[in-house]
Amino acid sequence: MDLGRLKEINPWCYALTPLPGEERAPVRLYANAELLRGMDAKVLEQIANVARLPGLVGAAMTMPDAHWGYGFPIGGVAAFDADAGGIISAGGVGFDISCGIRCLRTNLDLTTLAPRLERLADVLFRAIPAGVGEEGQLKLSPGELDAVMRGGAQWALRHGYGVAADLEYIEERGCVAGAVPAEVSDLAKRRQRGEMGTLGSGNHYFEIQVVERIYDAQAAEAYGIAAGQVLVSIHCGSRGLGHQVGTDYLVTLAKAAGRLGIRLPERELACAPIKSPEGQQYLGAMNAAINIALANRQILTHLARAAFAEVLPKATLETLYDVSHNTCKVETHVVDGKPRLLYVHRKGATRAFGPGHPALPARYRAVGQPVIIGGSMGTGSWILAGNPEAQNGAFASASHGAGRAMSRHQALRLWHGRELIHELAVNGILIRTRSMRGAAEEAPGAYKDVDLVAEATEKSGLARRVALLRPKACVKG
Amino acid sequence: MAEPIAYFEHGADMGIVGRGTFIEEAFENAARAMFAIMADLGQVEQHECVDIEFEEADTEFALVTWLNLLLGQARSRALSFGRFHLRRDGARWSGTAEGEPWRSGLERGVEVKGATLTGLSVTQQHGIWEARCVVDV
Repeated sequence: MDLGRLKEINPWCYALTPLPGEERAPVRLYANAELLRGMDAKVLEQIANVARLPGLVGAAMTMPDAHWGYGFPIGGVAAFDADAGGIISAGGVGFDISCGIRCLRTNLDLTTLAPRLERLADVLFRAIPAGVGEEGQLKLSPGELDAVMRGGAQWALRHGYGVAADLEYIEERGCVAGAVPAEVSDLAKRRQRGEMGTLGSGNHYFEIQVVERIYDAQAAEAYGIAAGQVLVSIHCGSRGLGHQVGTDYLVTLAKAAGRLGIRLPERELACAPIKSPEGQQYLGAMNAAINIALANRQILTHLARAAFAEVLPKATLETLYDVSHNTCKVETHVVDGKPRLLYVHRKGATRAFGPGHPALPARYRAVGQPVIIGGSMGTGSWILAGNPEAQNGAFASASHGAGRAMSRHQALRLWHGRELIHELAVNGILIRTRSMRGAAEEAPGAYKDVDLVAEATEKSGLARRVALLRPKACVKG
Repeated sequence: MAEPIAYFEHGADMGIVGRGTFIEEAFENAARAMFAIMADLGQVEQHECVDIEFEEADTEFALVTWLNLLLGQARSRALSFGRFHLRRDGARWSGTAEGEPWRSGLERGVEVKGATLTGLSVTQQHGIWEARCVVDV
């Protein structure tokens, strides 16, 4: 990205200066010059387009891990006010609705785990359906799927997946309001039939990690984590149903926008006024897909516990937090001194509520929400803590991952799956996958420096670093 | 004619290209490009055939609709598709996809979640149709 049109607000936040005659809301980019230079120029084009959408409140923003998406950039954040003609955008949420990370803390340390790691990786690979074409054991009828869409992780718990304490540590206690299964197409429901409790592929993973270093002792204590402790992270989303909801409404809203008088800079921004019938239909379907994702990660948590019990019978796995990063959520934020109800789009961005927020579980309320930045399978991941909104100027949002540094095709030219897996094993990281192509595309070198993203997230005031995690074993789709 | 199947760069996902003498052939090749991301098409056997029908006057929306209907049918039936046929009659499109259920010996790539409106174009130059878009993986 050329920084020529960017004006430095501070070394970790830049504004995009408008062109002569350009009418749009402000654009803010949270990152330092090094990260910005590494970003695709399309990021700037896409976020400037978002800033032209009706009813935008404040600025259109990108997080430090931003990269070229479709419609919105990945790592894009934008809030809209329904009463000011604000819109909801399928391109602002993405295909993998409510893709997110469930982090579990165990009572294990690396010394206990190490002798059983190889077997545990094999058992997990058998237990977790992962990769293209892999189906889960649970086959749900359309009626049962409707119940999952209404109940989310709470439905899963009622059907024996997980423990009640899990719900406390999931956004919206595992079930978002406003789901309308009737707005989800039959094809979307058919796509989900064999996909409950599956991981998917691409950048999705099930990873065993160890806490390498603690940066914020108070927050780490509240989160129940310490150096040397073993954690588990599950990265996946709403599977086929969410993908089909995104597919259905991307075209529906792209066509509706013109009819409803919205001039789209690009039709991939596909959106409709929140208060329009089309906007309400998408909102109902998207919330249904969010609940599918929450139920999916709850079922995978259950499968993980069963696999750990087979190899390490005394192991416990407690939900540390479950956070989504492809959503539009209705939240109250203070704007110019007044609370306003906003529809906050986070496309490849994580919610990051600060200390004292009433939505947080009591255990975390003093330190803020856990924010999880997932890294590549060979480098590391981070846990951060949300900051007060006085510090976080992005409607309580933060980074969600490392962000790709190169395309999948470039990665395929540079790495071979089998060799990469061998190299990682030599470095003490076990990979289990059915796709050698997928492994090569997900090579650690294909991602940006996750440490730099975490540092930028902290320095820009979005969230503060709590712990650095290193991967030990990873099931990839 | 340039290669019937090609790919173009996208930061996080993948751009697919299908080319042909007729628009239908370009769409069929775009489908092959997309399904080749998920499996080695040379290994996919043609045991099952699924009909695809839709109406769309806009050729760009038609491409995205065709690709997404194929993805929807493949995922809902747990099939891998390897062969595609498409016919067009004005705004009416009808076609078939042939393939087989996923099996252990089939070499797997990565799952495609959907065909997007990004990088979307359907053009004809020098008698060759080219259909392209970014697919989300």
